[in-house]
Amino acid sequence: MSEDIDIPEVDYVSGSGIPIRGNDIDTDQIIPARFMKVVTFDGLGEFAFFDLRFDENDDTKDHPMNEARYQDASIMVVNNNFGCGSSREHAPQALMRWGIDAIIGEGFAEIFAGNCLALGIPTVTADTETIQELQEWVDENPDQELEVDVEAETVTYGGQTIDVTVDDAQRKALVDGVWDTTALMKANAGAVRKKAKELPYVQESAIPEAE
Amino acid sequence: MSNGTLYDKVWDRHKVTQLPTGQDQLFVGLHLIHEVTSPQAFGMLEERDLEVAFPELTHATVDHIVPTADQSRPYGDDAAERMMSELEENVRNAGIEFSDPTTGDQGIVHVIGPEQGITQPGKTIVCGDSHTSTHGAFGALAFGIGTSQIRDVLATGTIAMEKQKVRKIQVDGELGEGVEAKDIILEIIRRLGTEGGVGYVYEYAGSAIEDLGMEGRMSICNMSIEGGARAGYVNPDETTFEWLKETDYFQENPEQFEELKPYWESIRSDDDAEYDDIVHIDADALEPVVTWGTTPGQGIGISDPIPAPEELAEDKQETARRAQEHMRVEPGETMEGYEIDVAFLGSCTNARLPDLRRAAAIIKGREVHEEVRAMVVPGSQRVQEAAKEEGLKDTFEEAGFEWRNAGCSMCLGMNEDQLEGDEACASSSNRNFIGRQGSKDGRTVLMNPQMVAAAAVSGEVTDVRELKEVTKV
Repeated sequence: MSEDIDIPEVDYVSGSGIPIRGNDIDTDQIIPARFMKVVTFDGLGEFAFFDLRFDENDDTKDHPMNEARYQDASIMVVNNNFGCGSSREHAPQALMRWGIDAIIGEGFAEIFAGNCLALGIPTVTADTETIQELQEWVDENPDQELEVDVEAETVTYGGQTIDVTVDDAQRKALVDGVWDTTALMKANAGAVRKKAKELPYVQESAIPEAE
Repeated sequence: MSNGTLYDKVWDRHKVTQLPTGQDQLFVGLHLIHEVTSPQAFGMLEERDLEVAFPELTHATVDHIVPTADQSRPYGDDAAERMMSELEENVRNAGIEFSDPTTGDQGIVHVIGPEQGITQPGKTIVCGDSHTSTHGAFGALAFGIGTSQIRDVLATGTIAMEKQKVRKIQVDGELGEGVEAKDIILEIIRRLGTEGGVGYVYEYAGSAIEDLGMEGRMSICNMSIEGGARAGYVNPDETTFEWLKETDYFQENPEQFEELKPYWESIRSDDDAEYDDIVHIDADALEPVVTWGTTPGQGIGISDPIPAPEELAEDKQETARRAQEHMRVEPGETMEGYEIDVAFLGSCTNARLPDLRRAAAIIKGREVHEEVRAMVVPGSQRVQEAAKEEGLKDTFEEAGFEWRNAGCSMCLGMNEDQLEGDEACASSSNRNFIGRQGSKDGRTVLMNPQMVAAAAVSGEVTDVRELKEVTKV
C-alpha cells in the first residue's frame, strides 16, 4: 500500500481576486448537473457557472468569470450561504480547476466547505460589511493581490490587514498539512476494527481481518 | 452544547478517536453509493493502491442518470451508459452489493435503503448526496458527503467530522386536510432560512411528527439540507420499529430485530436532554405551502400573498428580487392560478407509496389539463410494483399521467426528463434552484404530492382543498 501522498501545508494563499455576488448561490449554479455526467473531475473548470456565463447560443453573458480583468484571479470573494444545495464535489473541483485557490465569504454551506477543505481550498469568513468592502476593492483593483493568512486568520489587501475567521479544524488541517484525511484515518485501522466490533449492528463477517 | 440527545449518543458510540485536526474520526455503519459521485472516489482509491475497507457495509444503486423510459442497455445516452458501466465494474471488483435495475430493488438511494431495512436507528449513514439526511427519519445519523470524503469512507470505513449543535424543532398540533409533512418542512425552511441550519443538526419532535408515518418523516428529514442542516432526525418509536420489522433485513434475520431493539431504544434523546436551540411550529396553523421563488426558503401558504422583497430581511431582498423576476410573480398576489406546463410527481422527497396514493386519490376520475405534461416517477422499482398492484398506475395513466421507471428523473435533470425553455413545473421534489430541472429558464414550484395532482388537473397552482368534487367516477 503506498501512502506517500504529498499533502502540502496551506497556511497562506495570495493572488488577485474575483467577486461573485449574491446570497444562496447553490452548487447547481456553480456546476449544472448536465456537466456531471463524467467519471473524472478533469476539465470541469470551463463549466464553472456555465449557465450564468453563457446563453443558449453559447454567447457570453455579463459575469465576472467572463471579464478579462479577472482571468488570473485565484481568490474568490462571495456572500452568504455560498455553495448550498447539492453535495457535489464537482462544484469546488470546477472552481479549483478554473483557478481558485481560496474563497472569502460571509458564510458557506457545510458540505461545500468540507469539500473545499478536502481539496486544500480555505473557506474563510467575515461579516457582511467587510465582504462588501472587499468585493468593491477587488472590483476597483482587479490586478492587485490579496493575501489570505490562514494561520493568523487575516486578509491583507490595499495596504490594510483585516481579521477573518477560519474554522478551527479547517485551520489546523490546512496549516499542518493534514487536510487529506485518508492516510490519517487509515493509520487508525486497528481502533476502527475495535469500534466496529463494539457496535451491536455490525456483523462479525463485515469486519475485515487486520492487514 | 447539547447533551443526552440522539445525536450525542450516536456520535459517542461511533467515535473512534480525535484526529490531530480536532475533528473526530467516526465509524460509518452504512455507506450508500451511486453512479454520479462515486467513480472519481474509486479512481482516487486506485491511484493510492487502496481497497474498500468494509464492502459489506457498502451498498450501491443507480438513480441519477438512469433513464426512466427506455432502460434497455446500452442506454441511449453514452455518458449515462459509461457511468453505469463504471459503477458496475467498481462494485464487482470491490464485492459491493448493487441494487441494479435487473434486481427489482433499484431506485433512488434514499428510497431503497429504508425499503431493504439496511437503514436502521442508531447507525451512521453517509452517501455522496446531500439528501442522505432522509435516513434520519429512522433515528440514524445520516448526512451527505463529497467525493473526497467518499474516498475516505471507502478506504477506512470512517469519516472526519466536527460535532455540530442540535436544534430541536417541536411541531405540535394536527395537520389539516391537504396538508402534509412536506408543508411542515417547507414552513420550517421558510421560517429559519436556507442557511439557518448551518452548524446544526435538526431533531424533529412533537405530536405532529409522531403522528406521521415513516414516509412523512422521511420527507421532512430529506429537506433538512435545504434549511442548511446537514442532518436531521426523528427519535425512533413504535412506528419506526413496525416499519423495520417488515423489511427484508429483519424478515430474513428476525432474531436481529429483538437483539437490536434495546440499542435503538437506548439512543433516543433523553426526556431531559439539553439542546442548543428549540423552535416551535404549530401544525394546526399550516396550510399547503408552495414556493414562489428560486430557493426552498421562498415559500408561502397557498392563500398567502407573495411578499414584497423589502418586507423580507435585508440579506434576503436581492435574492427575492431576482427570484421574482425569474419566476415572473408579483408581490401581493398569491400563487394560486400560476400557470404550469409540467407536473412532476417524483424524487427522494415524495415518491414513496403513500405519496403516490394521496396524489392518485386526487387524480381519480379527473383528467390532466390538456396543456400539461404530467409524469409519475416512482422512487423505486418496489414502489412502482406495489403501486401497480394497487391500481395506482391505472389511475394515473387513465388521467393522462405518464408512468415511468424509478430514478431521480426531473428532480435534477441528469437524464432525458427535463424542463424545456421557460416551462413552469409543479414539482414534488426538493429544489427550485434556477436550472435545477434541466432548463436554466425553467420555473419550479415546490409543493406536496396532492398539490401537484391538483395542479396537473387544473393547469395552474391550485389549492387542493378547493378542487370541486368529482361527479363522474
